[in-house]
Amino acid sequence: MPKDHGIGASSKRREDERFLTGVGNYTDDINLRGQAYVHFLRSDVAHGKINKVDTSAAEAMPGVVRIFTGADFDGVGGLPCGWQVTDKHGQPMQEPAHPVLAQGKVRHVGDPIAAVVAETAAKARDAAEAIEYDIDELPAVIDMKKAVQPDAPKVHDDLESNLCYDWGFVEENKPAVDEAFEKAAHVTTLELVNNRLIANPMEPRVAVGDYARATDESTLYTTSQNPHVIRLLMGAFVLGIPEHKLRVVAPDVGGGFGTKIFHYAEEAFCTFAARALARPVKWTASRSEAFMSDAHGRDHVTKIELALDADNNFTALRTDTYANMGAYLSTFAPSVPTWLHGTLMAGNYKTPLIYVNVKAVFTNTVPVDAYRGAGRPEATFQLERVIDKAAIELGVDPIELRRKNFITEFPYETPVAVAYDTGDYHATMDKLEEIADLSGFEARRKESAARGRLRGLGVNTYIEACGIAPSNLVGQLGARAGLYESATVRVNATGSISVMTGSHSHGQGHETAFPQVVADMLGIDESMIDIVHGDTARVPMGMGTYGSRSLAVGGSAMVRATEKVINKAKKIAAHLMEASEADIELKDGQFTVAGTDKSVAWGDVTLAAYVPHNYPLEDIEPGLEETAFYDPSNFTYPSGAYACEVEVDPETGKVTIERFAAADDFGNIINPMIVDGQVHGGIGQGIGQALLEGCAYDENGQLITGSYMDYAMPRADDVPFYQVDHSCQTPCTHNPLGVKGCGEAGAIGSPPAVVNAVVNALRSGGHDLTHIDMPLSPSRVWQAMNA
Amino acid sequence: MYNFDFVKPSSIKEAVEALGTEEAQALGGGQTLIPTMKQRLAMPAKLVSLSGIAEMKGVGKNAAGELVVGGATPHATVEREAGDYPALAELARHIGDPAVRNRGTIGGSLANNDPSACYPAAVLGSGATVVTSNREIAADDFFEGMFTNALEDGEIITEVRFPIPQAANYQKFEQPASRFALVGVFVAKLKDGVRVAVTGASEEGVFRWGEAEKALSSDFSPSAVEGLSVSADGMIADLHGSAAYRAHLVGVLTKRAVAAAG
Ligand SMILES: Cc1cc2nc3c(=O)[nH]c(=O)nc-3n(C[C@H](O)[C@H](O)[C@H](O)COP(=O)(O)OP(=O)(O)OC[C@H]3O[C@@H](n4cnc5c(N)ncnc54)[C@H](O)[C@@H]3O)c2cc1C
Repeated sequence: MPKDHGIGASSKRREDERFLTGVGNYTDDINLRGQAYVHFLRSDVAHGKINKVDTSAAEAMPGVVRIFTGADFDGVGGLPCGWQVTDKHGQPMQEPAHPVLAQGKVRHVGDPIAAVVAETAAKARDAAEAIEYDIDELPAVIDMKKAVQPDAPKVHDDLESNLCYDWGFVEENKPAVDEAFEKAAHVTTLELVNNRLIANPMEPRVAVGDYARATDESTLYTTSQNPHVIRLLMGAFVLGIPEHKLRVVAPDVGGGFGTKIFHYAEEAFCTFAARALARPVKWTASRSEAFMSDAHGRDHVTKIELALDADNNFTALRTDTYANMGAYLSTFAPSVPTWLHGTLMAGNYKTPLIYVNVKAVFTNTVPVDAYRGAGRPEATFQLERVIDKAAIELGVDPIELRRKNFITEFPYETPVAVAYDTGDYHATMDKLEEIADLSGFEARRKESAARGRLRGLGVNTYIEACGIAPSNLVGQLGARAGLYESATVRVNATGSISVMTGSHSHGQGHETAFPQVVADMLGIDESMIDIVHGDTARVPMGMGTYGSRSLAVGGSAMVRATEKVINKAKKIAAHLMEASEADIELKDGQFTVAGTDKSVAWGDVTLAAYVPHNYPLEDIEPGLEETAFYDPSNFTYPSGAYACEVEVDPETGKVTIERFAAADDFGNIINPMIVDGQVHGGIGQGIGQALLEGCAYDENGQLITGSYMDYAMPRADDVPFYQVDHSCQTPCTHNPLGVKGCGEAGAIGSPPAVVNAVVNALRSGGHDLTHIDMPLSPSRVWQAMNA
Repeated sequence: MYNFDFVKPSSIKEAVEALGTEEAQALGGGQTLIPTMKQRLAMPAKLVSLSGIAEMKGVGKNAAGELVVGGATPHATVEREAGDYPALAELARHIGDPAVRNRGTIGGSLANNDPSACYPAAVLGSGATVVTSNREIAADDFFEGMFTNALEDGEIITEVRFPIPQAANYQKFEQPASRFALVGVFVAKLKDGVRVAVTGASEEGVFRWGEAEKALSSDFSPSAVEGLSVSADGMIADLHGSAAYRAHLVGVLTKRAVAAAG
């Protein structure tokens, strides 16, 4: 019987009522008295030397409050990078300055040159058009491999080159890996591109800066996945405002997918300008601005090689990747192709020797950073593609080849520095074969053939490292912040509860799932519990939501705080019932004394805590509110097996997805419906990457895909009905909920399944090919068939 | 967007007068013009809305048996009311999304003559007549290349007259992002022969594929166009498809349109 409340119940998402009825409170809904509006004048060239920015005519335009240029930010900090990678020679990465407004040079189309603050958004835009500027266009570097040539133009003149870092992982293993390749019975090599994506959350970015002269306090309202992180980065590194004078609020946020993790120039600008002008300053991105100023994702060019012995055991893996950083280092950019990518290269397989090389490269493009999955989709894609190619070359069944090499014993130490705590890869593959009805595939293929269509099947597995945390571990890997989470459980006198969490919900359904956990622990109704998030003034501390960490880390902090509440409440209950604390039990919202029929209700205890007439004041304080910080000992390792069936129209190259099945192991599940939704959305984005999406620049650095006319987002009719299963559960061993995280799995696991399926379909039609680069648009597939 | 004046006349005569002033521009459904103005790429001083002119709206039939569509008729109305010309109703049904179809008009589409738009293929493929505020223009004389046509300044498309073919079909192969036609082929079997009009493919905009018309006029079957091909010269090449791919699609879609027209 499915549960109807608490952990394991598919409670309906309570936040959806306000989202669907138009009463959400998004940043753009915030309008403050006396608010001015900013319009950014953005570079229309990819690379150029700024000779002159003359604002005098524009200043005289009606409604202009003030115009800022790069010069106004002399002495103000630049946008910081939160992660430092050490290269294979032990040297720190090259780290360029990133001014809030361009100084001296513009480095990508969309780089802000000036900011006009005016009484209305339209007046700001009018005045921006009147700014006279003179920029000498310089040759742009767009292609990564050309960018690292010695004679390439430099994106940053003060750096030695466009190479941010050359990272080897694990460098000491390289000789052994190379040797294994020499001894291999078979080597499969695959060169591929992991296409550049633009996240496109439904809500574009917005920032409202406010300043209170009376108290010298600044407030920033912003579309962020992690307001405390923005407070830290902007306060400490850019504007020099201490935490107690800076409040950051991220109210309802309409999707993030990673791109709203980072600290952006517009946030710093609005906060800065609000102080300078002593009035609120608001910016709302247009969709066109979003395309050229939101951090992009992926953009790797990779060569991967897999060595096998004569029995088809994987003996070694070697990869060589170029990772695009764009023109500046976005907040977590350096970590994505390294620690979120190299550490996952073992996948679900017991390959004993692995070497990963990553060259991170500056180009005249928008900065690139984490996008749903961040590094892990790139790792999974190349690994699962090279395995399929090996199966083709060896003439073996791709599922059998995988099964043969699965890790089966846990905990498992990979050769790439992580230790998987639990997993059962055969179990998820078994489940997949069942739900995807793989045994019926040949019949379906015949039926497709009768309609003139080529049908293909693609199967793969994935592993991810989620619950991004262990502060001590990420610190060793270069993180400049800790990655714990905090929660405060505030029990009110009547027994209702506000849980302040540092996790941020921007679509994930925390307001529903988190109360299920607390309600389950206390045995009270979920409706008595509300989640408070997204405001540094209301939540003590937080590291935010990304890397599928909210439940595993934030939820665990909440469990710890709730445990503290229960301990204290039991003391109060013991006093009320004149019993020993050790004998108190809490069940279904009732405190009882073991072996007696004495009981007091949850509400009696909470009331006593705040009306301490009959209360052990000498032993405990009044009130019932507890805070916990949780910092786990390891990542969590969700895994799964995915299957995709496609049809290809051989005349046009058009691919349609006919079936898609996902068998995931997320450990324990709090709300199965929300988990289904997360997987559905993730697969939708993965299908988007595989078939539709692809950010393209021309050789001059102009963004070709600058609108939805050319950037293809997946739509409802691009995706099939999914078979999703998460009944295979190997709970995480090191967090109190046994949960692993489910937010990114779909986006990580699905692209290789789609490409494997298309390759399989085309081969069944006699096309002797082993790879097509994403997105597999009709024209690319047709091209590949007719090459 | 810049400021502009707005008028909404209720007759063609008033509209023509209003358009006589400097920098005035007709507004159909605004599905192309308004986004262009928002991007500040167009800046008319005055918009003359055609949506209040009853005589320019609706679908009917004239004495000659032609289907007559008012120049300010939204796509959704054509979709619902052009039952006498099913291929045309079907074409309208696949333009954009419901919002676009409820606002966008046939007159706006033809006046704009986007090289990837659908209506130009139907108009040229049917051999329709474009009726304007001061003349009648045969489809063959109307389209003059990408975004250009025979309309003069201030001239309004008031209606389009479609001869109803014995059989017709439009095959639209969607560009994955915009879902306009990457290539679209309209095939119509009329009493004096077959017409094949191709949109989306050529740098010259919508065009007739003469070779296929000839073959189909003597044998209206998919096999009649088997082996025929258009040259890739002058075809559009972009992110979404090479010139060769577009040329190839013209052949595939023509065959499919004939098969579907039956
Ligand atoms: C998201 C989206 C998807 C779309 N998909 C498709 C598609 O798949 N296929 C397709 O064919 N089209 C598509 N369109 C375009 C759509 O069909 C528009 O309706 C059409 O291009 C313009 O018609 P309109 O009435 O909106 O004209 P407007 O935008 O109002 O005007 C366009 C131009 O025509 C002029 N004009 C308008 N009416 C007249 C008239 N009666 N006489 C003379 N000049 C006039 C205007 O002055 C202007 O120059 C799409 C549009 C959008 C926004």
